[in-house]
This record gives sequence, C-alpha cells and structure tokens, in this order.
Amino acid sequence: MAIREDVLVVGGGLAGMSAALSAAETGATVRLLSHKKSTLRHASGLVDCLGYTGDDGPLADPYTGLSDLPNEHPYRVVGESAIREGFDRFDGVVGDSYRGGHTDANALVPTQAGTIKPTARYPASMAAGLASDARSTLLVGFEGLSDFDAPLAADRLAAAGVPFDVRGVTLRFPKEFRADAKLTRYARALDRDEEPDRDRAPRFDGVRRALAELVRPKLDGAERVGFPSLVGDDENDVVREDLANRLDVPVFELAASPPSLPGVRLESLFLAALDEAGVRRTTGNPVVDYESEDGALTTVYTDKNGQRVPYGADQFVLATGGLVGKGIGSSRDGVREPVFDCHIPHPEDRYDWSATDAFGDQPFARFGVVPDDDLRPLDAAGDVEFSNLRAAGSVLGGADFAAQKCGSGVSLATGHVAGERAGALI
Amino acid sequence: MSDADTTPTDASTDSFEPVDVFSGEPMDLRPGADDCYKCTTCDTSCPVAEVDDDFPGPKFQGPEQWRLKRKGDDDIDPSINSCSNCMRCDNACPSSVPLSQMHNEARGAFVERQMEKLSTEYVRNRILANYRTSAWFASKVPQIANFAMNFGPARWVMEKTLGVTAEREFPAFAQQTFREWWAERGGAHVENPDKRVAYFHGCYSNYNTPEVAKAMVHVYEHFDYEILVPPQKCSGTPMFANGMLTDARRHARTNVEELAAAINDGADVIASCTSCSMALRQEYPELFDITDIETVAQHTYEGLEYLRINEDLRGAVEESEVDMPDMAYHAPCHARNQGLDRQAVELFRDLDGVDVEDVGPSCSGISGTYGWKEEKYDKSMQIGEEMFEHMEAGAGEEGMTECPTCAMQMEHGTGYEITHPLEVLQEALTETSAA
Ligand SMILES: Cc1cc2nc3c(=O)[nH]c(=O)nc-3n(C[C@H](O)[C@H](O)[C@H](O)COP(=O)(O)OP(=O)(O)OC[C@H]3O[C@@H](n4cnc5c(N)ncnc54)[C@H](O)[C@@H]3O)c2cc1C
Ligand code: SF4
Ligand code: SF4
Repeated sequence: MAIREDVLVVGGGLAGMSAALSAAETGATVRLLSHKKSTLRHASGLVDCLGYTGDDGPLADPYTGLSDLPNEHPYRVVGESAIREGFDRFDGVVGDSYRGGHTDANALVPTQAGTIKPTARYPASMAAGLASDARSTLLVGFEGLSDFDAPLAADRLAAAGVPFDVRGVTLRFPKEFRADAKLTRYARALDRDEEPDRDRAPRFDGVRRALAELVRPKLDGAERVGFPSLVGDDENDVVREDLANRLDVPVFELAASPPSLPGVRLESLFLAALDEAGVRRTTGNPVVDYESEDGALTTVYTDKNGQRVPYGADQFVLATGGLVGKGIGSSRDGVREPVFDCHIPHPEDRYDWSATDAFGDQPFARFGVVPDDDLRPLDAAGDVEFSNLRAAGSVLGGADFAAQKCGSGVSLATGHVAGERAGALI
Repeated sequence: MSDADTTPTDASTDSFEPVDVFSGEPMDLRPGADDCYKCTTCDTSCPVAEVDDDFPGPKFQGPEQWRLKRKGDDDIDPSINSCSNCMRCDNACPSSVPLSQMHNEARGAFVERQMEKLSTEYVRNRILANYRTSAWFASKVPQIANFAMNFGPARWVMEKTLGVTAEREFPAFAQQTFREWWAERGGAHVENPDKRVAYFHGCYSNYNTPEVAKAMVHVYEHFDYEILVPPQKCSGTPMFANGMLTDARRHARTNVEELAAAINDGADVIASCTSCSMALRQEYPELFDITDIETVAQHTYEGLEYLRINEDLRGAVEESEVDMPDMAYHAPCHARNQGLDRQAVELFRDLDGVDVEDVGPSCSGISGTYGWKEEKYDKSMQIGEEMFEHMEAGAGEEGMTECPTCAMQMEHGTGYEITHPLEVLQEALTETSAA
C-alpha cells in the first residue's frame, strides 16, 4: 500500500496533535488523520490542568488534587511526571504566546460571562487581567455585540468577590457593523487598523486610535482595561500594545466561550509546530474501518462518500475525542467507540447512564475506553484490543472533563505518553 | 474536430426539465438543521462574513434559514447570493451539518423563484456560470477572443452593462485546446487494461491551460496508465455558486453518463482541478438524483491524490531532482474539503531542487465567479489580502495551486506566475519539460 508511515494518529484535537509531536520527536515518520479541522478552533483557548476534584475546588495547585482522583482517572494512569512533560511540550509549542508555565498554581482568569476560571495556561493577551491582581479594572463592551455585556460581567465579577474595583461600559465601536456581526469582523478591523466611520469618530483615521479615544474618558482612574477576545487576530499583540500605549494602562482580553479567536490562534501555533516537526496531516475525511493481523492493526481506511482510502502504519494512536468530538457514540443500543469498536463499559440500562440529579455525579461524562498502564485499550475480558494501538485524550474513560476542568491537561499528558511510546517502538 | 461534444448548447432539448430538488420530493435537510447546536464555529470560519457587512454568515444561511422554512416562511433571504460557495463552513462544523448543501439548495431556490430573470444580475450570473459556452466560442478564434475580451472599451461596457469587473484580465485562451492536442497526438500512448483512468479535464485546462492537462497525461503515462478522455461538459461548479441548478444538472447528466461508462470499462476518474473533483464527488450526489451518480462519486479522485494512493509517489519523487524556482503554495478551499490541502507541500518536501512553502489557511477570495462580479471585486481582494501578504513574505517569487481561479487571483494580486503541482511532477518524473 502506498501511503504508509511509522506512526498514524487518528484524531486532530489537542491529544492527537500532542501525540503526533511526541512521536515525531523520537524520529518516527508520523501522519495525523483527522475528520474535522482541529477542535481547538472551537475551544476557549484556555488550557486547564485540574480545577476541581469531587467536592474540592477550585484548586490552588492542581498537582495537590491528583491523589484525590479515582484510580481509573487518566492522570492516575500516566502519573504526575507525564502530566508535567505534557505541559512542557505545550509550553514548547506556544512559546511566549502563553503564560502560566512559571508556576504550578492555577491562574484565575476572568471570562466574558463574568465568571472566574481556574486554569493552568492562558494566552498572553489575558495576562494583565488575572483576578488575583488587585488593580482596578474597566471592562469595555460594544453595542451590538451580543456575546458580551460589560456592565453585567463587571457586576458578576464584583459579586464573586474579586479583590479589585470593576466597572463595565458599553461603547459604540468606531466603525458600524451589522447587528450580529461576527467576531472576525471586529478583529479584522483592528488588525488592519481600518478607517473608522466619520459619524462615529470624526477626527481619527484608524479604528485603534479612535477606539482608544472613546475609552479614555471612561477610564476614571482604572488601572487596566479589559476587552472581549477580539482585539485583533493575527496582529493581536500589536493591537493590544497599541491600545495600551494610547491609554497608558495595560489592556487585556477576557476569556470567551467557544468558539473564540484565542482558540483559533492556539490552533495556528500547533499547526506550525506540526509542520516544523515534519508531521504529515490529512484532514477532511473520517476513519471508518481497519484491518488487523495477529492482533495488531495494519491499516485504517478513511471514507469520502463511500470511497475508501487505505493508510498503513506500524503503530497507531486513537485520539478521536469524547462524546463531543464523536470519538464516542451513543445510541439506543449502547455506547461505542466507532472506529475500532474498542470496549466501553457502561450500564446495561440507559436510565443508569445519567444521574437523576442534574448537578450530581454524571456517569456518562466518564464513559470512555479503558486503557492498560501503557494506554492500550482493553476489551471486556481485560486483554489488549490491539497490541499496537494506544488511546489518548477524551476518548479515554475515567475523567469528567467538564466538572473537573482537566480536559486539555489530560489530552496533553496522555497524548504525549501515547505518542512517545508509539514512536519509541519503531 | 468537435470539442468535447457536438455543440455547447446541444442540451436545449432537455432544458425544460426541472431540477430534482424543486420537483417531486424535496430533499429533507431538517435533520441536518437539527444537528446544529449553534456553536457559531462556522461563522468564525467564513471569509465573506469577515469582510462583508451585509452577509449574515453560514449559520444563518444554513440551519437558521431551514428552521424558518419549516415554519412556512418560504422566501429565501437574498444574502444567500453573497455566499461564495467556498465550503469552508462545511469542514469547520463539528456537528457535520451539511451547510454548503443547504446553501446550494437555498441559492437554487432563490434563483428559481425569487430572481428576476431579465435582471442584469441574472443575465450576468448566467453568463459567468456558463463559462464553458463562452470558452467554447472563444477557443474557435483564440487570438481575436484574447484581444476582444481584454479590450479596454469592451471591458468598460461589460462592467457598466453586465457588472463584470473591469479590474481583472480575462484569462488567455490557448491556441490549441487540450482535446485538439489529444486528438493530434492520436490519443493514448499507453494501453493497459489493468491501469486505466478517465480524465475529467474540465473547461479550464481544456481551453485555457492545456499545459496542465498535458502534464497530467505525461505523468500518468510515466506510471503506465492508459488514459481515456471521455466527452464531457462543465463540472457545474460555477453554476452551483450562482444558483443555476437547472444548467448544472444538464451538464451533470452528460458527465455522469460518460464517466460511468468509463468506470464500466475499468477506469477510475481523475481530475486536475480541485473544484471539478469536488463537484463530482460531493455536490453531485448531494444535489442530484441521476443513475450512477454515486458510482461516479466513489470512483473520482484528484490527480495527485490518486497517484499517492496507488503508486509509490514519495519514493519516485525522492529519487528525482528538478531545477525550479521557489514557490508559494496556496491550498484551494475545495482542496481542503477533500482532505487534499497538504498533499502538494508534503510531497514536494521530498523533492530536491524546489522549495514549496504553504502560505497558510487563508482563502484566496476569488471563489470562481465571485471575484468577477463588479460589486464583489473589492471584497474578493480584501479576502485575498492575507494570502497576497503571505505570498510576498515567503522566499519564492512564483506560486503554486491546483485551482485555476485561485491561480488567477494569486497572479492578479502578486504578479507571480502560477504552476500546477502536476507540472512540477512532470518536470521531476518525465523527459517532458514544463517550461
Ligand atoms: C466547546 C469546547 C470548549 C472547550 N473549552 C475548554 C476549556 O475551557 N479548557 C480546556 O482546558 N479545554 C477546553 N476545551 C478543549 C478540550 O478540553 C479538548 O478538546 C480536550 O482536551 C479533548 O481533546 P481530544 O483531542 O481528546 O478530542 P477532541 O478535541 O474532541 O478532538 C477529536 C478529534 O478527532 C477527530 N475525529 C473524531 N472521529 C474521527 C474519525 N472517525 N476519524 C478521524 N478523525 C476523527 C475530530 O475531528 C477531532 O479533530 C474545549 C473544547 C471544546 C470543543
Ligand atoms: S458550526 Fe455547525 S453546529 Fe456550529 S453553528 Fe455552525 S452549523 Fe451549527
Ligand atoms: S460557503 Fe464559504 S462563503 Fe459561503 S457561508 Fe460557507 S464559509 Fe461563508
């Protein structure tokens, strides 16, 4: 068969990309097969390690919470040093575009919704906004931007007890856009410093300057200014610095709910790293079938409208995500892993899948494949499904990503381990 | 010789046949609309929404419009005509909502029911969509056509009366079409019942860039393939983008019939234009119900892709060497949707003597006929800005892409000469030079 690599990773999320990078570092040739574009572009851009365990949280230091996690949690399977290595890899990919690597402690990042999120790594654009910092804060929103209500967010942050004064104002963006204009429209206008509308900013010829002039009279002593996550896209650093210089106070972005431009920016950083590492990527068609020989996978097939294309490899990594990423499917007949049909333990009775208490412990959130110490999925009898298949990321069972705020960290740690072991076997 | 078929207008006999989607059972896209969980990822991927303030974005065009339709409100929002059919929203959607299919059908319904058939816009769009007809006439008198099409006063009139921008230069017509060349060389030079491909050259490489089609022939014959060149019409791409589904279906019928016959003779179908392969593989089965349409979709490949799957192309390239200038590669949107956006860059990484640099994920902005419309020209150039900048920032002074209209835009924005990957492959693997 013509298309062959040493290591083949199925799934292009954070777990798959980390696995591909770690495998490539061992010297193996690697291909990443992904159905959809990387899911990072519909993520928030924050990278969590561990925020909560059971009743505990938010945790000041995620590493202190590890021992409270159940044995089957992926963090317990790979261990603390693998988690650290996973984050080291992340730090290497993002360079100084991200912050938080200097400490084990969780940062508290304010969001556009007016909540505080404990997270391990955050974009540099959010650095001046941390909730642990006592500088008084002005939040600026725009008329017509439905995702963000600055006065409401400010009230919520104040009610949450942040240690600083916070106010919110809603301004008219210096250039008029349609009522439901996309985030990308604002970001582009700032990136390119487009001309403002004459009736909104008669005196200035660039939107950045015009925006700064609109904000200035509202400062009223505020020591930093927060905007929604649309302060430029490609030129985010430049735009932020330009605004900060004109206003004479630091400027930051608030974390947004997905999809967000910080998520899109994180995706570009990872794609550049994959390129640099020589990882081959094929995105657009799902893997739907496989062939195996003597208990080892030999080939997987992608599908395009019924057309099958074979991809061969010696080692495979399954990183297709959880229920959201479609790595785990549920139907009336049960819960399954659709690509290799790996065993996923779940109660026979559908009614036991979710707890009646909506806020209680949700068994279905932890559904996923069960790995051995080497991250190889196990069948119902406890034997490995395939000797050369490892699993990483939210396709693994045992973690409750939403409740524990550990999604990205689990993907980084398990992706790293799965990729490195697969590569080392070549 | 007759070119591709008897005449380009020979379909008048069946031109009254309505398109399936408007007659009989309408396709039910509601389940698709229901899959939408309003995450708006599609909106952040849409190049038009980023620059066009009047465009409400794919989420509105797709799932929201379909929900409205269900409530009995039948009118389609005219903004659907601003969608360039780049299909980027399609592969961004995590929930596999068939966005571009929804857009195509909405656009078709709009043109059918709501668009004034005598309006300049309709006439202009119909002319742009039926590029093949104009090209067929022009190819009969290429010198005159090349002169007339770019003759200043004529262009001014076209812009004023038809809304075709005068900013762009019409592509030159070749002195000899690919099919004329093919006939002159006596057709296939290789006979091989075990390795057969039917070449869907499309309009552009027949009338404008036969060098791409010839490169395809040389490369495939190098790998010992027997090449069939069946009669064929327009793939329909410009017609989908303009809502001219009746025209598109007429052409599709001929294509499907001819290609299915070739498949029956043991061939797979290959195309050198990524929008043509996209149409045959995805839009055809999504939009039309024609016998064998699925068979054709399942047997169609892009030219480079097919060799990667079936031959040791990497090995062959590793052993070769070329002496070519550095190139800035742009992946056409329609290549992305077939999962082909990285193949050229990855393949030529292993080829000595040429450096091919990916200019990133931005859209070229021309999207076929979109950038030819007078009212869209500025938007088209704004979308393209990022690509132009990345091309100019890169090392090379030339460009590479699979899509003929992306190539036009790349050239228009930077002045670079643009090469097709198959031409590089020809240079690397065969005696015939691309120059
Ligand atoms: C809406 C959203 C919000 C998020 N917010 C946060 C946050 O606040 N903090 C945080 O730390 N993390 C967040 N994340 C990131 C999330 O935690 C990561 O996505 C998680 O780490 C899971 O990564 P993964 O790689 O395992 O799976 P996914 O990211 O789900 O990726 C799975 C990949 O596999 C592909 N795939 C699936 N099936 C197939 C197949 N059959 N063939 C080929 N490819 C296939 C998919 O296309 C996808 O690319 C968010 C993600 C999303 C989607
Ligand atoms: S990306 Fe898909 S699910 Fe999300 S809003 Fe668009 S159509 Fe809906
Ligand atoms: S096809 Fe392209 S232009 Fe049309 S809505 Fe989708 S992303 Fe936007």
